Amino acid sequence: MSSSSLTVQGLAKRYGEFVALAPTSLDVPAGEFLTLLGPSGSGKTTLLSLIAGLASPDEGAVRIGGADVTYRPPYERDLGMVFQNYALFPHMTIEDNIAFPLKMRKVGTAEAKARAAEALEMVRLPHVAKRFPRELSGGQQQRIALARCLVYRPSIILMDEPLGALDKKLREQMQLEIKRIHRELATTIIYVTHDQEEAMTMSDRICLMNAGQIEQLGAPGDLYFRPRTVFVADFLGESNLLPARVTAATGDTLDITLAGDAGTAQAIASGAVLAAGAQVTVMVRPQNVVVRSAVEGSGKLKGKLADVMVTGSLTKLYLDALAPGLPQLVAAYPTRSLSDEHRIGDLLELDWQAADAVAIADAKGH
Amino acid sequence: MTAAHLPTSPEGRAAARRKTMGRVLMAAPLVVLLLAFLVYPVGQLLSLSVWGRDGFTLAPYQQLFASPLYFNVMLITLKISFFTTLLSVILGYPIAYLISVAEPQRKARLLFWVLLSFWTSFLVRAFAWIVILGRRGVVNQTLTSMGVIDRPLDLLYNFNSTMIGMVHALIPLAILTMLSVMENIDRSLPRAASTLGARPGTAFWKIYFPLSLPGVAAAAIMVFVTAIGFFIVPALLGGRRETMITQLIIDQVQQTLNWGFAGAISVLLLVVVLLVFVLYDKVLGLSTMTGSGAPRAASAKPQGFGHRVGDVILTVLGDVSDRIIALFPRRKRETGKPPLALSSFVWGLLILMSLPAVLMIPLSFGSGGLNWPPQGFTLQWYQQMAASPVWMQALTRSLIVGIGTGVLAMLIGTPVAFLLVRSEMRGKGLMLAFVLSPIIVPRMIIAVGLFYMFARIGLVGTAFGLVLGHTVVAVPYVVMTMMAVLRNYDTRLDLAAQSLGARPLATLRHVTLPILGAGMMSSFLFAFATSFDELTIALFASGGLNATLPKQFWDEVTLQVSPVIAAVSTCLFVFIAVLIFVADRLRRRSAAS
Ligand SMILES: Nc1ncnc2c1ncn2[C@@H]1O[C@H](COP(=O)(O)OP(=O)(O)OP(=O)(O)O)[C@@H](O)[C@H]1O
Ligand SMILES: [Mg+2]
Repeated sequence: MSSSSLTVQGLAKRYGEFVALAPTSLDVPAGEFLTLLGPSGSGKTTLLSLIAGLASPDEGAVRIGGADVTYRPPYERDLGMVFQNYALFPHMTIEDNIAFPLKMRKVGTAEAKARAAEALEMVRLPHVAKRFPRELSGGQQQRIALARCLVYRPSIILMDEPLGALDKKLREQMQLEIKRIHRELATTIIYVTHDQEEAMTMSDRICLMNAGQIEQLGAPGDLYFRPRTVFVADFLGESNLLPARVTAATGDTLDITLAGDAGTAQAIASGAVLAAGAQVTVMVRPQNVVVRSAVEGSGKLKGKLADVMVTGSLTKLYLDALAPGLPQLVAAYPTRSLSDEHRIGDLLELDWQAADAVAIADAKGH
Repeated sequence: MTAAHLPTSPEGRAAARRKTMGRVLMAAPLVVLLLAFLVYPVGQLLSLSVWGRDGFTLAPYQQLFASPLYFNVMLITLKISFFTTLLSVILGYPIAYLISVAEPQRKARLLFWVLLSFWTSFLVRAFAWIVILGRRGVVNQTLTSMGVIDRPLDLLYNFNSTMIGMVHALIPLAILTMLSVMENIDRSLPRAASTLGARPGTAFWKIYFPLSLPGVAAAAIMVFVTAIGFFIVPALLGGRRETMITQLIIDQVQQTLNWGFAGAISVLLLVVVLLVFVLYDKVLGLSTMTGSGAPRAASAKPQGFGHRVGDVILTVLGDVSDRIIALFPRRKRETGKPPLALSSFVWGLLILMSLPAVLMIPLSFGSGGLNWPPQGFTLQWYQQMAASPVWMQALTRSLIVGIGTGVLAMLIGTPVAFLLVRSEMRGKGLMLAFVLSPIIVPRMIIAVGLFYMFARIGLVGTAFGLVLGHTVVAVPYVVMTMMAVLRNYDTRLDLAAQSLGARPLATLRHVTLPILGAGMMSSFLFAFATSFDELTIALFASGGLNATLPKQFWDEVTLQVSPVIAAVSTCLFVFIAVLIFVADRLRRRSAAS
């Protein structure tokens, strides 16, 4: 199987005045699994449609394997797309559905049949060949859509929320299946999802989109631990976002004062270079926050325990900060016993390692 | 309900009885109306063909088969109906296709013109063709002035003019029927095909076209059945050789009062229509008619010879179209837009569809009669129309009958729609077929049957009789509209209201009816418009003096062609345009709320 790289350069799409996709650039090396993640309406489907050639861009270019395909119709791009609603042809059997792209490529009937059977084998549904799409369950239809896309070995596969309609269990099964297929065939995959966990576990890189723009592009760990914008920090997982001011900067390491003079601390700058006096937001993940009784007085912040939640493996503490101007704080640690040692209303202090605090420059407009 | 589920407690049984009673009460008015004014009169007419004054007789049938005349008329009727169906479906298909894939705004614009044609009276449209194709009409005058011909051509009263009129009359029906199926074709399917490597021609012929076939079949049968019972167009635009079977029935009733023979012809017509339906059911299954359910052809395992032949034909068609498309330069930035050639073709057809009625407008203000081009400017035809007691009485009567029909059809049709959508009762399919039967039985047979019956109970010439007759033919549309509305209605709202303490009637009054109001309004309008344009029943049942507007129009047109008719046509046309506009507004308001 060949896999191709994909380059998107300054690609933009407008509907009248409305900017569905601001000029966007993106480089995907061959064989990568890239996930587009973002809130509803952020332009994920728009970007995918432009790559597939289902819509034409207002500006910019798309290159597949180095060749400019910006104005080529979909049927000349040699890519595969798995639609959110499967888009199986209701008047054709499963076999005919899967053989369709082969027929379009003038593959002989006998070979098409054999390859369709092979593809069915790959998605573990060899027994449904003669059925019609409506005679399959949602998850089975999903796998057929995948098989129809794999059978002609496109160099790039686009998937628009392919698992959106499935229940949790089937979803996890299918995630593994897609990963396995990606490993075996080493094809380039652009994958759209709403599900953060899915994005974190499956992708080589994640492209987080917001309001028609790329907010940040990087490895899942990078996005999670080194977000460059408050939006990214807030969108991915739970976090403490503390307004602060930089008092001194040495390289990436900053001295900061938390809002309302609640305390001082150190943080690592993420992205932009920050100088003393800059307004920043400091992000600390809940699991990096240590909670102690307030007696020691060595913590960075003080708060009153407002709520305790045990979510199975994790226990989460929600605290109201004593200093004004700070949001509710959250700390998390593995659940150790049935009853937690802290009581609601207790005064506690919070602490964290300097390396776990990330300072994000406050940008306007988000 | 099966025996196992029968409630055993006395309260449970009483509740079940009340429920059954409720259902019976909901269905009763419509069932009684159809039994009394459809089944009985039609049955009586048919029995008249074998049951003469002196007991059992086959004389009418001997008369029918003795002369080749009637056989030939039946053949001509079939021929005209067949070609009308063929042309309406083929020409209507691209229009319906374009509407179904258009963006909302464009779609509304295109649909307006189709609806305008659909609702403009058959009479107005046929009359317009008389004016256009006449010896001093638009076509002849234009050709003469351009020097193409020096003597006017005989364009009227032949097979071609009949076909033009018939296709023009029925193509909106074909378009709307096909559209209802095409709207439900998932738009991502052709797109998926294109990402899988199908060129546009192949994507259309192998994916879209097979999926639209149920719509084509439904349109074909609707058009065919309507065409076979048509008489306005052949009477106004055809010559002697284009006489259709329904015209024979009119002659028998109006001139010779030969009920037995009229009954025999009706039997013949009914048998032909039923044969067509049986054939349709054999090939496609009747369930496709309402657009629900997959066509039978698709659920069969596709191993048959026919399927393979079809597949090869579609593959070839796709290939050929792709080769043709490849000859044209590709427009760069227009992915997803329909090709220019298709758009222009469709707009051309739409203009042709609306133009005849629109041409009435300048003619109605011209002082030169109905000759083209219009000369001068005058309001005299409008003044004559307004001053004429005959026209004004006809207008009043049509409005009264139309409103009466609208109200009655809505009142008795809505509960049945509720019953068919909401309740789990046995024999639903049968009930639906019964309710829809007034569409299937040729209108002429209903009209003659009703005339015979009304004559004996003194309802001829009364508004009440007309309201009853028109309700019979309008009520299926009300039921279908309300069923569509109810299917989209979220029943959880009712449950929510009931959980908040509202009793069934209060729920109906405060929740259900306000939400369904727009749907009821549009079904009222549907019934009103059906009655307002109804000629067949009015032709007989309105009697000599108390004509409705279409009857008056018909009498005038068949006697002499005067410019006053152009004025009336214009008024009707404008009236319908306003009505469609208002209905569309209502629909949008209800969609927004
Ligand atoms: N045909 C269109 N006309 C006008 N606006 C459109 C059209 N298609 C999309 N948009 C707008 O463009 C924006 C981006 O849409 P897009 O479908 O790419 O979002 P998305 O990220 O895929 O969202 P979701 O996660 O809900 O699928 C949305 O605000 C949408 O309303
Ligand atoms: Mg989307």
